[in-house]
Amino acid sequence: MVAELESGMTIGIGGWGSRRKPMSLVRAIARSDLTDLTIVAYGGPDIGLLCATGKARKVVYGFVSLDSIPLEPHFRVARQTAAVDFAEFDEGAFYLGLLAAAHRVPFYPTRAGLGSDMLTMNPDLRTVASPYPDADGHHEELVAIPAFDIDVSLVHMNRADAGGNGQFLGPDLYFDDLFAKAAKRTFMSCEKVVPTGHLLDEGTFHTLKIPRLFVDGVVEAPRGAHFTECPPDYGRDEAFQREYAATAKDPEAWAAFRECYVDAPGHEAYLAAVDAREGSSS
Amino acid sequence: MSDPATIDEVCAVAMAEAFRGDGEILCNPIGTTPIIGGRLARATFEPDMVMTDAVSVLAANVLPVGDDEAPRLVEAWMPYRDVFDIVWSGRRHVVMGASQIDAHGNQNLAAIGDWRQPKAQLLGLRGAPGNLVNHATSYWVPNHSTRSFVPTVDVVSGPGYDRVAGLSRFIRDNHGIRRVVSNLGVFDFANDEQRMQLVSVHPGVTVDEVVDATGFELVVPDEVAESRQPTDEELRLIREVIDPHGLRKAEFR
Repeated sequence: MVAELESGMTIGIGGWGSRRKPMSLVRAIARSDLTDLTIVAYGGPDIGLLCATGKARKVVYGFVSLDSIPLEPHFRVARQTAAVDFAEFDEGAFYLGLLAAAHRVPFYPTRAGLGSDMLTMNPDLRTVASPYPDADGHHEELVAIPAFDIDVSLVHMNRADAGGNGQFLGPDLYFDDLFAKAAKRTFMSCEKVVPTGHLLDEGTFHTLKIPRLFVDGVVEAPRGAHFTECPPDYGRDEAFQREYAATAKDPEAWAAFRECYVDAPGHEAYLAAVDAREGSSS
Repeated sequence: MSDPATIDEVCAVAMAEAFRGDGEILCNPIGTTPIIGGRLARATFEPDMVMTDAVSVLAANVLPVGDDEAPRLVEAWMPYRDVFDIVWSGRRHVVMGASQIDAHGNQNLAAIGDWRQPKAQLLGLRGAPGNLVNHATSYWVPNHSTRSFVPTVDVVSGPGYDRVAGLSRFIRDNHGIRRVVSNLGVFDFANDEQRMQLVSVHPGVTVDEVVDATGFELVVPDEVAESRQPTDEELRLIREVIDPHGLRKAEFR
């Protein structure tokens, strides 16, 4: 899948913070020869890892958090050293950038950003006057959030069939359906590939929110979201996340972490390294 | 009689009071003390408010703070995306933190120093830009000092009154900073200049201490009340139901 990507592309990544991130695909990018990527996400360790490995030239985000650790520490380093370009949006405004791309319109209007420094920090953002007058006869000025131009989106689902119909079984789809619709192409990893006839075994049809129309490839990756959470299949590996987070302050620890986990040759090798680590309970 | 209230409990009640009169809206406090305050308000004087379980449902029962396992009385599914529909509907009152706040209520959660390459990257703009122009906001600042109450914030995440004065009628009508609660006192903007003013000092705190810890000229009325004490019922709810493990103490160490 990662062989389909090219340097300079804009990559959308589903999930949210440290929740159901397609980490096996993110690590594959980190191990690849790809460079100069723009990453678009409600960010977690995906953005942190792709900053720390030098793959991201620019990050576009509504936030970058590990949830139980409020600010992603590798992202913090990247920002404080100005190692990456960035476009920071209000969390709701970011949603509208995805929605505009999914609907193939140039922008969606919002009031979010007016009065704040979101417009200062994004000098390319423009406002637009409503063509319709309000009750006072004024044409209200609104922020035009541009459609995010995403080449490829990556998402991780609990289940999928071989054709790319994706299923989430946890409490929140986040924006994975919009990432799939917003991108020119979408690749999906999943905990388990099941026959189409078994998609309703574990969840109602309400959980089938990403039809194969919007998916270009599926790969089975059990524990593919590790160390982020992927309920109900597994929770977040908080001990591992703490270890990852601590490496942001210690170049030697980061080098060791990178060699052991990020550079592990493939997902199975990664899982073996995770299971072999000291104090692992799995 | 209960043991006397401690400062964390006075602050939780001061936070609860931010929601008085809100009625059937989404009470959306962020942070331990604000969450305790919100749940306390709903359990006592604002029963119509709805609240999330801090994950993905609206829960009708009073949940202990920080307890992922407590049974939820689910009244609606509230995935993250749907929160924005509520933000944009205006039917929400959020409580956020503020690493910096100024006399006009401008809040900085984003960065210390130049945002291009900050000395300290903070949480970011988060949802503050959209929150402030759509619905009621309050702030919780557990470390009141001249470093947090500053003349000018480095980055504006949530715009204050001076920043929205020139914006649309809609925004001016929907923007509102109800109160700021710190570890020293309670503040609002209910004066003609819409500048931060001292409403009450917490027990044991003097007006001078608050003024000295504030990096801008605070509006100080002639009469400054003492923040109210929790009732016995409020203390019981805080100590036995909402925060039985004392998580609230961590913000005061």
